[in-house]
Parts: sequence; structure tokens; C-alpha cells
Amino acid sequence: MIAVVALIVLLPFAAAAAGLLATRLGTRNLGPRAERVAYRRAAWFAIVPGGVSAALTVWLAASLAGGAGTSEGRFWSELLPGRVEGTLTVVETGSVPISLTLRDDGLSVLTGILVVVVALAVQVYSVGYMRDEPRYPSYSAFVSLFTSAMLLVVYAGDLIVLYAGWEIMGLCSYLLIGHWWEDRANSRAAVKAFLVTRLGDVGFLFGIFVLGTAAGGFRIDDVLRADIPQGTLIAATLLLLAGVAGKSAQVPLHTWLPDAMAGPTPISALIHAATMVAAGIFVVARLYPAFLAAPPTLDVLGVVAAVGMLGAALAALAQDDLKRVLAYSTISQLAYMGAALAAGSDLAAMFHLVSHGAFKALLFLCAGLVIHHVGSNLISHMGGLRRALPITFWTMTIGFAALAGLPPASGFFSKDAVLSAVEHGTGPAQPFVYASALLTVGVTGAYAARAWLRTFFGPARVEPLAEPPPGVAHVFDGREAPRSMLWPAGVLAVPALLLGLAGSAAGSAAGVKVEWGPAAVSLAVALLGAGIVYALWRSAPEQDPARLLGPFRVPCERAFYVDAAYAALVARPVLRLARAVVRTDARVVDGAVRGSGRATLGLSGLVRLAQNGNAQLYVTGLFAGLVLIAVAAVVLT
Amino acid sequence: MHVVYPVVISALLFSIGVYGVLARRNAILVLMSVELMLNAVNLNLVAFDVWLRDRLHGGQVLTLFVIVIAAAELGLGLAIVLAVFRTRRTVDVDRLRALAEVVRAPGSGRLDGEDAL
Amino acid sequence: MTSQAPGLWPPSGPEIVFLLLGAVAVGSALLVVTTRQLVHAALWLVVCFGALAGGYLVLTAEFVAWVQVLIYVGAVVVLLLFGIMLTRAPIGPSAGLDSGNRWAAALVAVATAAVLVTVVITGFRSAYAPLQPGQGAAEPLGASVFRTWVLPFEALSVLLLAALIGAIVLSRTDIRGRE
Repeated sequence: MIAVVALIVLLPFAAAAAGLLATRLGTRNLGPRAERVAYRRAAWFAIVPGGVSAALTVWLAASLAGGAGTSEGRFWSELLPGRVEGTLTVVETGSVPISLTLRDDGLSVLTGILVVVVALAVQVYSVGYMRDEPRYPSYSAFVSLFTSAMLLVVYAGDLIVLYAGWEIMGLCSYLLIGHWWEDRANSRAAVKAFLVTRLGDVGFLFGIFVLGTAAGGFRIDDVLRADIPQGTLIAATLLLLAGVAGKSAQVPLHTWLPDAMAGPTPISALIHAATMVAAGIFVVARLYPAFLAAPPTLDVLGVVAAVGMLGAALAALAQDDLKRVLAYSTISQLAYMGAALAAGSDLAAMFHLVSHGAFKALLFLCAGLVIHHVGSNLISHMGGLRRALPITFWTMTIGFAALAGLPPASGFFSKDAVLSAVEHGTGPAQPFVYASALLTVGVTGAYAARAWLRTFFGPARVEPLAEPPPGVAHVFDGREAPRSMLWPAGVLAVPALLLGLAGSAAGSAAGVKVEWGPAAVSLAVALLGAGIVYALWRSAPEQDPARLLGPFRVPCERAFYVDAAYAALVARPVLRLARAVVRTDARVVDGAVRGSGRATLGLSGLVRLAQNGNAQLYVTGLFAGLVLIAVAAVVLT
Repeated sequence: MHVVYPVVISALLFSIGVYGVLARRNAILVLMSVELMLNAVNLNLVAFDVWLRDRLHGGQVLTLFVIVIAAAELGLGLAIVLAVFRTRRTVDVDRLRALAEVVRAPGSGRLDGEDAL
Repeated sequence: MTSQAPGLWPPSGPEIVFLLLGAVAVGSALLVVTTRQLVHAALWLVVCFGALAGGYLVLTAEFVAWVQVLIYVGAVVVLLLFGIMLTRAPIGPSAGLDSGNRWAAALVAVATAAVLVTVVITGFRSAYAPLQPGQGAAEPLGASVFRTWVLPFEALSVLLLAALIGAIVLSRTDIRGRE
């Protein structure tokens, strides 16, 4: 069984290696057809291993479902009770051993399914989306590598193995955001994402070290079973939280995610909506017993989530770029999961993680279709696309409904689970978190409605764009996108719509019921938010409903100036310091070097005055020295 | 005969020879000064030979040898001086500066490549 | 040797003669290195060498004294005069015979003199050599040269030959070095 798990992880890795090394093998003699051949080969390399991996994951889930139950009492252990763990080898490091362990249990398989399904959908979608892209082979190989890394995180049975996957994901994210690196802004965004997540990863790595040292081993089971003092645990989980905030784009470290939309849209769907950003939440769920034993960490997480969800939702309401709207909504939704975790319900968090993964990937793929058609990212360039893109319209409507939490879409159930978890939370910050969550539901409804209305209804505002700059998909003549792009969106629409029902069915089987009272309240709030936007839009369809924010609109659009604050507080002082260092280097260090050189030259010039070729002078010196030596010899002896 | 007398005179002669070697410009005068120094040494040798009553007469024989060598040296030295005079038209020691470093053009006292730093 | 030595003062007869000759030698040597006329310098050198030869006689080194007169006063000075003549030095006083190095040279020379005189006076204040005429006559010296010192003597002959050839090679303009 563990061999299957290893296969699931290694297949995409092999695909990545093949995609990087073999796509252009032997195509040199094909002339102009070489590009086509490489493209087709890369597509096969990308899709087939991903498909096999997905099939194996489903088989794994089925076999786990029939496994023996464990006593963990979580809903995935009810649903998928089996559990397998295998260790390849234990690396003796001299102090704390590292075990190369893979494990799969309900949590892993649940997340694994999300990853492979979304990754497969994205790979299929990319075949159409990146049709004219010369760097498609490396692109698809990186996507495969990313998938492999994420699966490694998901199936890791050892914290160091998990960290390896975690870092590879960061690398792939960097590579893929900067896919169109010709544009300076894109490579800047990639560097920003890399640096910001790296900042969190420092904390994450040290958190792992603290946990591993305290537990005497990095194996997750050992760590969770170990008897660690609470102070150590709080320190470790807080450090881990830094990494989680970086990867899952939570409040202090969230700024990279909106900029990461510079990457191709399928990448936004895969990495920055469905999977990589979920890794942070997944890790918290994986190490949840440790977090539960450290309540201050959970309180911090709750406050961070509360601030993040509302702020990001407000920012999403004011954005003009469709992908940035979705990016901020991702931050907001991830904050929901964080809030659920803070409230003590990893069940709700994972439920929302899976449903959000499905509907956010769907939304991004649909946004890609829209952008593909319009040739621009800006909502103000869209409008009235309902007739032009009927399939996109319907699938995206499902996505927005799920995002806003409207029944019967999946978001309704998962968000309700989160809200009820937050409501029942016992931490000191819970009332604040609950109020923020409820408000955010309303704002979410508002921005979902705004994006939906502005994109698909109202007057068409398509402007012919002559030559799209890199970073923007190419304009197509066709009305709808090619099939390979429509199919994944359509397939993802099914879980986005139905996953909630299935989840709640599974949840009720596990003894967790939908609480209809709070559900009705949140639905009413969401409808209220959507209704306000609808009313505003009705009164003036050509104007942006975001004007309801009034004077707050600009701060919201700028995401409350967090970027500017970071630039002022961090970037500029660092730059100034760097310049000072450069100046110091040039003036003091180089000056010392040059000065010593000049001083030596000057001194040697003085000495050289004696070296004037007059042999008599030399002999004078010789005799003077002799006399001195003689005097010294006489005096000293 | 006190040994001090010849030895002190020899020291004075030697110092005078040193002065001549160091201060005179004309190469022939320098050679003369060298002869003075050699004679000072000879006086020394003779005085010590007399004082020590060397049976082998090492001091006086060495004096003879020194005289011979001095003659040979002078012959060669004059030949060199004449050769120099033939090529340079001068025998002024302080104007024969071929030993000096090649003098660069004024203002180029900086090393090459320093500007690139 | 020094046990029954008389005191430094008053000097004995030979000592007075020797001191007078030494004064002449030192004085003429000073003139050699200070005179403004090249030819005069050579001539003062003759006086100096002659005085030294006298000194050798007083010191009972007769043979050395005659050799001194023969070779130095005779040959060497003549050679020097030829050198002066061949380099077309001006006859009569000429200003630039001393180089700019003069003061440093004087300093070094005075220092050398001070060191040497101090050292020899400290070292040989009480050394006394009784003079025995005939010690440095031609016979014992010749015997010594051709018995004990015959090997260095032969080596010197080779040296002289080499110097001779060298001087010829240097002087002749039609012999070129290997280019």
C-alpha cells in the first residue's frame, strides 16, 4: 500500500523530470515542426502521470474507506478510517534522526484527492491556455514538480520530509509566477512571493527544529505523542504559524498573493487558490494536537484570521482586476479556515479547505476563460459576456454562488460549518472573530455579486486590444475557449456544486450536523450584501458598485496600504542600509585598500629618491651601515 | 715601537680613503682613494707582522700580494674608466646613472590599472 | 712582548721619525682627496706613498718599502697619470671635482675614523713591538714567499695574467662582445 503512496508522489516527479529533459530530445532536425512536437510531448508528459496519480489516489481512498477504524474521532477518520505508514530509511544525523517516512490517512487522502484533481484539471486546461507559449514544456514540468511537492507535503510522515516538499513548492511558485519574466513586474512579483514566503519559512523551519528537538525525532507521530512542555509547544507552534501565515497568505505576510496573479491564470488556480496556499492550513490540521495544546497560538491565529478575512474581503470589493478580486477572496477564505482552526474545529477547516479548493480553482479557470476571451484582466473591460460565453457563465455562476455561500453550492455548507465552529469557540477572541466572520460573509456576498454582475451583465465594454503584453493571454476569435479548457471547468463545477451536500452527508454520518439557525443568519447576511450591490448596480449598470464604499474605496483598493507600509518600514530602510553599506564599502573599505596602496606608492616614491643610480650614494649608505653595525657590535658586546 | 702609532695612522688613512671614494666625482680620483685605502691596510699588515714577529712573514708577504693585486686592480680599473670615457665622454661617477630606474614621464606616477579600481 | 714596554710618552727616536712620516702621509692623503687639480692629486699621492715607504723602513720592512717605492710610486702613479691624460682631464684647477655627496661622505668618513681609532686605541694601547733590523730583508722574505707562500704566489701570477688580458680586451675598441 505504501508503495502506491510513493508512486502517487513520484509519478508527477518523474513527469517533471521527463518534461524538463525529454520534450525537445531529438527534435532538432524537425525544423519548424519541433515546437509542435515538443508541445504535444510535454502535454502527454503532464497529463498521463497526473491522471494515473489521480486514479491511484482514488483507489487509495477506497481502500482506506474499508480499513480498520481508529480512535481519533475526526470526521475523516470516520470516513476513511484506514491508515498506512512506511519508512524507507532513518537518517542518523548525530542528534535527532530524520526518518524518510510516508504516511497516508484520512486527512492525507482527502487533501491528496483535492490536489491531484485540481492539478489534473489545471494541466488539461493549460494545454489549451498555453497553446502558443514557447516555454510550455518547462511550464508543464514545473506544474508537475509542484504537484509532486504538494503530494509530498500531504503524504509526509516526517516533518523534515514535509519541509522538503514545502520548500520545493515555494520554488515552483516562484518559477511559475515569473513564467512571463520578460515583464519586469512579473519577475518582481515572483521575487516578492519568494521572499515573503521565505520569511515565514524561516519561522517554520525553526518551529520544526524546536518540535523535533523536544520530541527527540521528526516523525509526526512521535512528535504528536511526545510529552512536550507547554512553553516549548507554544514557541514551536508560534514559529510554525509564521510559516503557515507565509504559505497560506495570512495577514502579516499576505501581500505576495495578489501580486502572484502575475503568473498564468491556471497557475493562479492551482497554486494560489486551491493547493499551495492550502498547505499552511493542512499543516496546522496535521499537527493539530500540538496546536490544541497551545491555546495562545490558537488565539493569535484567530485574531490574525479575523483581521485577514474582513480586510481581504473589503479589498476584494474594491479591486478592478478580476484575478486580484479572486486573490483577495482567497486570502479571506483561507482566513476562514484559520478561524475554524483557531476555534478548535479542524473538521470545519478541512471541509472548507476542500470545498474552497474546488470552487476557487473553478473560479480561476473560469476567470481564465473570460480573460482569454476579453484579452484583459480588468473588470472594467468586461461586461455582458453572458451571451458570448454561456458555458463559462454557468460554471462561474456556480463558483460565485459557492464563494458567497449560497445553497446548495458547497460553500454554503462548509462556510456554515466554519461559522458554527467559530460561534462555539471558547477562546478569548472568539466574539471578535465571530463578528468579523459574519461581517465578512456579507462583504463576500457583495464582492461576489459585483464581480459576477460586472463581468456577465450590463453593457459590453470589450475594447479591441492590438497586441497583448506578456502576462495577458492571447485574444481568441472564437466565442468560447477550446474544449480542453472548458472541460476542466465543467468537471470542477460538479464538486463545487455538490461537494457540500456530500460533505454534510458524511459529516452527519460522523455526528456533525448542519446547524440551520446560524446557516440561515449567514445566508441572510450574504444575500443582504449581494442585494445592496445588486440595487446599486441596477441604478447605474455602467458604474462600479464598489462606489458604495465611499471614501474607503481607495484604501480598500490599495489593500489598506499594507504594501506601502512594508515598503516604507522594511524595503526602504533596507535599501537605504544597503546603499549605506555600498557607500561604506566604496569609501571606507575600498578607501582603506586604495589608501594603503597609495601610501605604499608614496613611501616607495620617497625611498626611490635614494635609488637615483649614483653608485657613490649607494656606497655611502653601505659604509654608513657598516659603521652603524660596527658601533652596535662594539656597544652591545 | 708602539703598535698604536702605525695602526692609528693606518685608520686615519683608511678613513681619508673612504672620504675620497665617497666624495670625489672623477673616477680616477676614486681609484686613487681606493689605493689610499689599500695602503692603509698594508701599513696595518706590516705593523702587525712586526709586532707578532711572524716567522713565516705572513703580514709582509700578504702586503706584497696586496700590492700586486692593487696593481692589477688599477690596471683593470683604468681600462674600465677609459672604456666608459670612450662611450660616455665623461668619467664623472655621479653622472653615470645607468643603475637608476627608468624615469617615467612626469605626472604618470600612478600605477597602471589603478584608475580602474 | 709587552711586559717591559716603555710608556707612550715620550716617544723614542724611531717613533718620532715614524710619526713625522705618518703625519706627512696623512696630510698628503688629505690633499689627495681635497685638491682641486687632478694632476696635483696624483703628485700628492706620490708624496703619500713615499712617506709610507719611509714608514715601512722604520718598521724594519725593507723589502716591502722598496716594492712600495717601485710599484706604487713608480708604476701606479704613472698609470694614474696616463689615465688622467687619456680622459682629457683639465690641467689646472677645476671646480667640480667633488660631488654633491661630499657632506655625507665626510660624515661617514669621520664616523669611520672615530670608530676605527677608538677601537684600535682601546685594543692596542699597550702593544709594543721591539724593532729588529733585518727582519724584513729580501732574503728571509724571499725564502718565505718561495717556500711557504709559493702556491698563493703562483695563483697571483695567474691573476695578473687574467688582469692583463682583461685590460687589453677592455681597452681595445676592435674587440666586440658577443651580440
